[in-house]
Amino acid sequence: MRTRSQKWSLLLGATAFLALPLASSAQLSTYDIDARLGTESHIGNITGHAKDAKGDYRRYCVVCHGTLGDGNGESFPWVDPKPRDFQLGIFKCRSTPTGTLPTDQDLFDTIARGLDRSNMPQWSTFTKQQRADLVAWVKHFSPRWVNEKPGTPITIPPEPEVTAERIKAGRDVFARVQCWKCHGVQGMANGPSAATLQDDLGRPIAPFNFTDGSRPKCGETDQDIYRIFMTGLDGTPMPSFADNIKPDEAWDLVFYLRTFMSQKSKEKQMAKQLALKPVDPNAPAAQQ
Amino acid sequence: MRFSRHLQIRNLIHPATSLSALLLILISIVMTCSQPANALPAFARKYGLRCSACHESWPMLNYFGQKFKDNGYQLMNDRDSPIWQNPGYWPVTFRIIPIWHRVSTGKVAVDTYSSGNPLPTGSAIQRITTSGFDLSGLDFHTGGTLEKNFSFYVLPSSDNTASFHFETVMARLDNLFGSPWFNVKLGKFELDNLLSEKRILTLTGNGGIYQLYHFSPLTAAGVPDGNVWGKMGDNQLGLEVMGHSWNDRTRYSVALLSTNDGTPGLPYGNAYTGFFAASQAFDAGKAGVQRVGFYAMVGQAPTTWLTSGGPNGVIGGSGAGNKSFSREGFVGQFYFGQHIDLQVVTQHGQDNAWFGQGFGDLVDGVASGNNTVGTVLPAGSQSPSWNGVLLEPHYVYSPQLIFIGRFETIRMSQQASPGMASNFGNISTYTIGYRYNPFMTPRAGFAWHNEYNWLHQDGTGPIPGTNINTSELLLGFDFDF
Repeated sequence: MRTRSQKWSLLLGATAFLALPLASSAQLSTYDIDARLGTESHIGNITGHAKDAKGDYRRYCVVCHGTLGDGNGESFPWVDPKPRDFQLGIFKCRSTPTGTLPTDQDLFDTIARGLDRSNMPQWSTFTKQQRADLVAWVKHFSPRWVNEKPGTPITIPPEPEVTAERIKAGRDVFARVQCWKCHGVQGMANGPSAATLQDDLGRPIAPFNFTDGSRPKCGETDQDIYRIFMTGLDGTPMPSFADNIKPDEAWDLVFYLRTFMSQKSKEKQMAKQLALKPVDPNAPAAQQ
Repeated sequence: MRFSRHLQIRNLIHPATSLSALLLILISIVMTCSQPANALPAFARKYGLRCSACHESWPMLNYFGQKFKDNGYQLMNDRDSPIWQNPGYWPVTFRIIPIWHRVSTGKVAVDTYSSGNPLPTGSAIQRITTSGFDLSGLDFHTGGTLEKNFSFYVLPSSDNTASFHFETVMARLDNLFGSPWFNVKLGKFELDNLLSEKRILTLTGNGGIYQLYHFSPLTAAGVPDGNVWGKMGDNQLGLEVMGHSWNDRTRYSVALLSTNDGTPGLPYGNAYTGFFAASQAFDAGKAGVQRVGFYAMVGQAPTTWLTSGGPNGVIGGSGAGNKSFSREGFVGQFYFGQHIDLQVVTQHGQDNAWFGQGFGDLVDGVASGNNTVGTVLPAGSQSPSWNGVLLEPHYVYSPQLIFIGRFETIRMSQQASPGMASNFGNISTYTIGYRYNPFMTPRAGFAWHNEYNWLHQDGTGPIPGTNINTSELLLGFDFDF
């Protein structure tokens, strides 16, 4: 027979053990999420629910993006570039015009693609539903989604055939809109402004180096590159050139940028045959 | 005898009751006061990810961690090259586990003594129960990338007396020809078991291994058969080619291994084993990514040995007279949302009749027959075969707290000798436990681990036809730095 004290100690222990999940749950009350926890995302015929992404966010994302989505997770001091502050609702990779919110599909694609040259890996291991839920979760951090609608995705005209003339025209565009000031005349991220660049939060930021084999953050297809300089990378010094470059010229620029990249390409081969020289920063066309 | 056993168990229950209550309260306090996990252990500190990104619960990998491993410990971004690291960075982790455990083994044959007589006067069957503080062995893990797409892993490991061996030593060429479908690994490494024993979540003597990965049938004499090489859970020496789709949904692995159970020095003979595994994962919406696959291990091992100076003078490396063995089965990893999953492994195993009669390994000193000229098998000898299943459910309350269950059973389908009881050597075992990480620092992992295992084997008691039960309760701190 157990003594009375043994029974009490067993009962007390069991009660404390059963209360553990409740005690642990109380730690999560610091999240300020209640008001927008009903946020949804819509990816094709999949509907994402913010509340269903809580566990995945905690497991995979919180260390960088923080419990409040402000980018102030534990890894914040150690990673460069810094994690995205979701509360601001400002995103680099969009199909929408500069200054507008991205579409759900934009965020969905970014999660799977990851962001090269950052600590954001490719989260291609999620199911589509899990990713859609995470998109809703990301959105729920910012009140922008309550008050604004995502922008209308820009129209990307069909890609024309690459020609030597187009590559040369692309070089002219590269000179005229002064891409070289940041990216350098050979795309090596060593332009005269490169060392001075800061993002919107005043943090140093490096321009993209086309020559070192890196993948552009927001996708590496020709359409992705077109989209990047026509929408800009919000929050960074990379502006939108939608008002400065006509669609046809934008394709020319895409072809010219391909000549810098280390990957084999038709453009690179053509540039070699043309013996194309880098733009001259001192030429009048580059100083306008 | 029966009475005395009851007395013994009753005496254990009373202090154990108080101890359990105290431990439960202590755990409750620790858990209630703890902070959310913030961790960057091992590889994670290279990439700035918390350990839960790759581990369902350390050390067991989740899908993202499996993909990272399959890519040669790379995230496949520009941070993979060691040049990103501070020159002082070196990816070394050590792991050792101080524990308290209580082991209880039933039906041990013990000598009995009569008063005043120093020599045994008889024998009896008794349960032996031992408890106390103890240590696990020590592991030094180091691995990572030497350069983009060149990776390595070295793991010197000791037992709890600090006797070291090399558990893993391998280098890997990743993404050959720019394709994730072609990666080559050379050295001593873990076989591509989806449910990895090296990342097992349990720690007890019986529960800390997968019985299915080490099973050997018993001979009529009650000793294991002579095949010591068909152990899928042991790291093996060889060459592996593995590949996977870009998102790791589809995986395959083909390995050619020396039949030596990972023992260096060519101690056995010219025998090889093949291991093949493949799996396919598919989306199941909110349930998560499900995976099903299969594996097969097919090999040959020696039964004949050259000797020098008599039967005991076995010449290492002289093994011949190779006979075959095989292990094959299905694997499933099923997820039911973010909290519950079930890992399943099945196995059908078979050893050649020679192994079933105890022929095989002579090198390690185990008494065994030598298949020399003129040796014949006992009449009626047949290839022992068996079927087994392993079910391991988890409840992941949070990345910091996981509850573990496991049930394994192995049933003989054909004994080595016709006269043996059909259930002789059958094993059933279950394990329950939990691991709780009260905190994680950016450089280390720490878990409070509590586990209970019970193992039952048919027919192997000292009295013929009786069964053996063994149980173990374990509490410990599992930490790595």
